[in-house]
Amino acid sequence: MDIRQFHAAFFEESREGLAAMESGLLAMESAQDDAETIHVVFRAAHSIKGGAATFGFTAITDLTHLLETLLDEARNGRRQLRDCTQGNAIGALLDAVDVLRGLIGAAEHGTPIDATALGRARAALDALLANTSAAAAATLGTVATQTAGGRWQIGFHPAPSLFRSGNDPLRILRELASHGELGVTCLDERLPPFAQCDPYEAYLAWDLSLPGDVPRAAIDEAFAWVEDECELRIEAVEPDAPQAIEPAPDAGADAETPAAKPLRMRASDHDNSIRVSVHKVDALIDLVGELVITQAMLQQRSSSLDPSANAALLAGLEQLSRNTRDLQEAVMGVRMLPVEFAFSRLPRMVRDLAARLGKQVRLTTQGETTELDKAMIEKIIDPLVHLVRNSIDHGLEMPNERRAAGKDDTGTLTLTAAHQGGHIVIELHDDGRGLDRARILRKAAERGLPIADNASDGQVWDLIFQPGFSTAEQVTDLSGRGVGMDVVRKNIAALGGHVELRSRAGAGTTVSIRLPLTLAILDGMSVAVGGEVFILPLTAVVESLQPLAQNVRTIAGEARMLRVRDDYLPLLDLAAFYSLPQATRRAAPGANAAMVVIVEADGQRLALEVDELLGQQQVVVKNLETNYRRVPGVSGATILGDGRVALIVDPNGVAQAQLLSAAA
Amino acid sequence: MTVHASSPHAASNDHVPPSMLDACVAGGEFLTFALSEEEYGVDILKVQEIRGYDAVTRLPDAPAHIKGVINLRGTIVPVVDMRVKFRLERADYGPTTVMIVLNVGGRVVGMVVDSVSDVIRLSDAQVRPVPDVGCPIERRFLTGIGTLDDRMLILLDIERLMASTEMGLVMEEAA
Repeated sequence: MDIRQFHAAFFEESREGLAAMESGLLAMESAQDDAETIHVVFRAAHSIKGGAATFGFTAITDLTHLLETLLDEARNGRRQLRDCTQGNAIGALLDAVDVLRGLIGAAEHGTPIDATALGRARAALDALLANTSAAAAATLGTVATQTAGGRWQIGFHPAPSLFRSGNDPLRILRELASHGELGVTCLDERLPPFAQCDPYEAYLAWDLSLPGDVPRAAIDEAFAWVEDECELRIEAVEPDAPQAIEPAPDAGADAETPAAKPLRMRASDHDNSIRVSVHKVDALIDLVGELVITQAMLQQRSSSLDPSANAALLAGLEQLSRNTRDLQEAVMGVRMLPVEFAFSRLPRMVRDLAARLGKQVRLTTQGETTELDKAMIEKIIDPLVHLVRNSIDHGLEMPNERRAAGKDDTGTLTLTAAHQGGHIVIELHDDGRGLDRARILRKAAERGLPIADNASDGQVWDLIFQPGFSTAEQVTDLSGRGVGMDVVRKNIAALGGHVELRSRAGAGTTVSIRLPLTLAILDGMSVAVGGEVFILPLTAVVESLQPLAQNVRTIAGEARMLRVRDDYLPLLDLAAFYSLPQATRRAAPGANAAMVVIVEADGQRLALEVDELLGQQQVVVKNLETNYRRVPGVSGATILGDGRVALIVDPNGVAQAQLLSAAA
Repeated sequence: MTVHASSPHAASNDHVPPSMLDACVAGGEFLTFALSEEEYGVDILKVQEIRGYDAVTRLPDAPAHIKGVINLRGTIVPVVDMRVKFRLERADYGPTTVMIVLNVGGRVVGMVVDSVSDVIRLSDAQVRPVPDVGCPIERRFLTGIGTLDDRMLILLDIERLMASTEMGLVMEEAA
């Protein structure tokens, strides 16, 4: 068996473990931890160590071992990680996590490891550990003395099937040995004559002993994976003299209760989930998409049937339609992940950045469990990181400025996620100085950007999204080079979402990102244009109406506009835009039989002329670029109920192209 | 290898990797099809399937020879009409009009032709170099002329042709 096939799973799990450690450590640093946090961090370190040992990544094993030892002391109350007198333990641990991440990357790609960083991390941890003995002696409470001198007697009798579940008793023994001096007696009564030996069966059993100061939880942990597959007996044996007032087994039992419970919880978590490649899920989604199309086709065909003669068939089709919809929702749900996956990247960044800038920042998050398509989560991380960086660098003031303004020294960044009618809204709020309207206007004037004197705040804030716009007084290595907000807006628009800024001087700025829940399915309005069917994303549609001839005006005889109530909107003939033959309506000037759909695109409203409104439907988005190329003004394609292809209109693209052609 | 010597693609500045130059020379099995009075051949390994001509959905901003896209079992596939591309006189759609679905360079493309004839095997000796004549098909897209009895087959380097920017199936590369 080639063990390398399991490497990918190990690397991925390790990275998740490191993320869990990082967030746990950060929570501890900011005193937001609870009793469980340290256990989570410890377990993550422990399973990385176990995995690395199994695969022979010694550098990872060694470093994790140091980490684990430190964490174990903290877990048993022998060390206060937050206590500054014992050195900056959390900082050292976080650095070690970074180094571990590098080591795992190196192991994954077969690149050489960063020996200097590794050495530094080890030295830091060693220094902390050396510090312990003295400190520990002082802080060691009665718990340790109670069991000191006693020993753990462990009877470990594996079931014959132990190997079949992939467990290795040797690994367990090694792990126990890492906690202290391990006494081993091998019991080989069950071992048959060699000729009858089945290599797949476990015949050996062991009697083990460990020093009494090894925590019971550590022993339980070592056996966590084989609990159900062995006879296990763990007893505390007291030394000859009854020196402890309280019997030692009680101390062991006390230690067990809190630690053992989460252990079991985790085991069941593992049983209830599987790791599946995204490709498989995508293939499933594609297939369900096909099913939806076929179902829609059947539905359409059945509408011409006589309802009384075909009652059973129609009822069946109705049932099929419901089942298909449910199936589609369920399959789409597979791809949904809590937005926490994106948020969890930020606390570490905030911490480092705040430290570098000498600011005090508190990051609070809400609604992390809100679910979002995996593809969206991956694409939203970069814009979020950028926005958070901007907020800390530009938004939040230095502590002394904040004090002068009568605010708390520590600035607060609030990140929230919530569902809002088929959308997810992610908001980043800072309580910093807010946007400076005058300065933005001055910058705009310098760069020759057009802006009305009486522009609304919204219009002024919008300038920030212009390429190359920066109001930072000096360019730092963090931000201020003016590369950024326009990219953020572009990235988010590419996801079918949009960004908005709200700000009040002195009270802070809020960036609000609105995103569709998924990229794979779209609520669309189907319209007929020049003999073809097009889909308009419903999220962009504002309203549709039948225009009156007197409301269609022109500028310079060419640029057409539509008067809607008191607004004038650019009027665009979609058939002409897509160079399709136009319907006969042009033949009779003034006779506006066409419908107009008003869409919001790129921050402006646009009136699109279409031949007919056909209806609303959910469509499965297909990529046009798989076999073809990008088409301006088209975001993709879909397959209609009759099997034909319909193109999906990209309102932003249409708006931009329309502006370009107008300028030309 | 005479084909190489006589065709100008060694000097032409295109982006096809050199390994492909050798892949499409000389003999092999070819699917033959008719465009008007002429017979053409493409490497059989590039052909995915043959199907009747369906109604297409027209694409905006596309050259005339790109008819549009069809739904091929859930995949959106562009359709090109070779008769329009090669500037042949007639390009009408009847019951015998067929579409050869090609799988070239990881892309699926439908190619409309007048009719499909057969699959033939040509030895290296049966493939002759293309003489220097002016024709609407660029020389680098022709691998040779196949001779079988009294038939003359124009052998196309279909992979390179479909991947070329002038077919309009791929985005023009930024210069």
